[in-house]
Amino acid sequence: MDDHRERRGLRESATFDRLTIHEIQRAADTGIYDIRGFGAKRKVPHFDDLLFLGASVSRYPLEGYREKCGTDVVLGDRFASKPLHLDIPVTIAGMSFGSLSANAKEALGRGASAVGTSTTTGDGGMTDEERGQSRTLVYQYLPSRYGMNPVHLRMADAIEVVLGQGAKPGGGGMLMGQKISDRVAHMRTLPKGIDQRSACRHPDWTGPDDLAIKIEELREITDWEKPVFIKIGASRPYYDVKLAVKAGADAVVLDGMQGGTAATQEVFIEHVGIPTLAAIPQAVQALQEMGMHRKVQLIVSGGIRNGADVAKAMALGADAVSIGTAALIALGCNHPRWEADYEKIGSAAGFYDDYHAGQDPAGISTQDPELSSRLDPELAGRRLANFLRVITLEAQTIARACGKSHLHNLEPEDLVAINMEAAAMARVPLAGTAWIPGQ
Amino acid sequence: MKSISLAEHSVREVNQLLHDQARELTEGQWRITEPDGRHALACGLDQELHVVIDGHAGYYCAGMNQKATVEVNGTVGVGVAENMMSGRVHVHGNASQSAGATAHGGLLVIDGNASARCGISMKGVDIVVGGNVGHMSAFMAQAGRLVVCGDAGGALGDSIYEARLYVRGSVESLGADCIEKEMREEHISELRALLAQAGMETNPAEFRRYGSARQLYNFQVDNADGG
Repeated sequence: MDDHRERRGLRESATFDRLTIHEIQRAADTGIYDIRGFGAKRKVPHFDDLLFLGASVSRYPLEGYREKCGTDVVLGDRFASKPLHLDIPVTIAGMSFGSLSANAKEALGRGASAVGTSTTTGDGGMTDEERGQSRTLVYQYLPSRYGMNPVHLRMADAIEVVLGQGAKPGGGGMLMGQKISDRVAHMRTLPKGIDQRSACRHPDWTGPDDLAIKIEELREITDWEKPVFIKIGASRPYYDVKLAVKAGADAVVLDGMQGGTAATQEVFIEHVGIPTLAAIPQAVQALQEMGMHRKVQLIVSGGIRNGADVAKAMALGADAVSIGTAALIALGCNHPRWEADYEKIGSAAGFYDDYHAGQDPAGISTQDPELSSRLDPELAGRRLANFLRVITLEAQTIARACGKSHLHNLEPEDLVAINMEAAAMARVPLAGTAWIPGQ
Repeated sequence: MKSISLAEHSVREVNQLLHDQARELTEGQWRITEPDGRHALACGLDQELHVVIDGHAGYYCAGMNQKATVEVNGTVGVGVAENMMSGRVHVHGNASQSAGATAHGGLLVIDGNASARCGISMKGVDIVVGGNVGHMSAFMAQAGRLVVCGDAGGALGDSIYEARLYVRGSVESLGADCIEKEMREEHISELRALLAQAGMETNPAEFRRYGSARQLYNFQVDNADGG
């Protein structure tokens, strides 16, 4: 940042930089920690630190536009009689009605259904808009059980038992009073306008042995039809994945620290959990040691932004990925057309993260009827479908270049890292060497 | 009444038979024998059935019940009638932890004692316990009524929302934001009705009422520099 201060001999502290000073002043002003949405904004080793080794003489590629490169995926065929069959391995992550407007939820359903993939409910239950527009809908089973209804459980196509999320492993949900409208309050059986802080632990089970019995109950209630996913926030994925498999999961959803949230303490978002890149190899190792890799599917989320990220996650061993923040951006979140409105609320297009405040100019993370009406669910759904098609095509482009006839054929051998941190975390060689740090 | 033994049939078979009644009602009265502590018995019912379980049941007995009446002649494990929506579950014995957890409606009656976290995150259910309840009961209880004819353990009603708690005996301690409230005639009246529904012959005037102080509903912000 060149604002001539350095030329005047003013030196900014690396420890107490301007953002840090601002946060201390804000805390002193208000007496409350900073709450915001979005995901971790700090820089951590990520998929950008990996590169693919395209084919040449030692490997041969597939023709870009003529030879088939499959993208379909089956999720949950370990125990469920009706597993999910998706056309693309990019699903829409769990996001609640309450944190998002009904129009936004409908748009997610429209976009996902147009390309043959799934959406996921969130804290607060299932809405008609969402079920109506989502051909394949995953029903989250959360610690709060807000809006939890066995009728919806049976209407869902899969059940996702949420133990945590990447933005806040160990933390519960949060929805500020500004967004607790009459409808949201009714769905969650809460007084209107309260600052809702959800439980972080499930109310009727503790530990993996109980979880196995809980899953058995969910299967009994749904006559063993629905796949049961377990979602974990990435912190100790090697152990957590093993316990999830032991408890009877059909699939494991692994959310890295870059995963988004509707509202969480900034200190939680930035300081708890591990990067997605570091989490995947641990999870894959756990599955492989149990002989369950590709049998219990691994769905990875947290910072998936483009087809390269999709391909890299899958090359490291994921069966599918899930997107949240990128999906909201595709709908219209942080779009420059609302620049003037972002400025009015002290933010800017490209920086907006106050999802908790309910003033989203794009009409996505709000319950304000006027703001919500800005989002045309049909148009926004088309935007999401376009984005999903693009990132699938991008992933196929890379896979063909690596000589793969299906995205699932991508493998760690196709990857190198451009720095030691990424090499160590992803467990692939540093580019130009055969060296994997730690091995 | 149709009787079915879990010594001869699996839990899956029994639950499927009961679930099939939601599609086509062929038998309304059921007796399940030799449960031997099996889990997830009679869960997910969605029909006006009367199910009697003769013996001890494991976790999540009558979980997510809708419309049905389930009676247990024995003890039940963790999470009896968890997330019940409607109907009635009556345990003629003791219950383990998290009885009636997150339940939205219906009536849960436990003749004996209930362990910790009875009525945790309850969302509209009525729970009547003939004996004592363990610690952290009615934790984050949102709606509904919990009646305890005996004593309550520590941290009763911690972080409670709008649920109403009635305790006849002692309360070891109240949880955060839970306070004792005035017992007015309308409360005695609703308590009398609840006790009658549960079949408890107890004087409602002997109970004390507890509920939310509503001090944790919103974050407290100082705005020290706000003028």
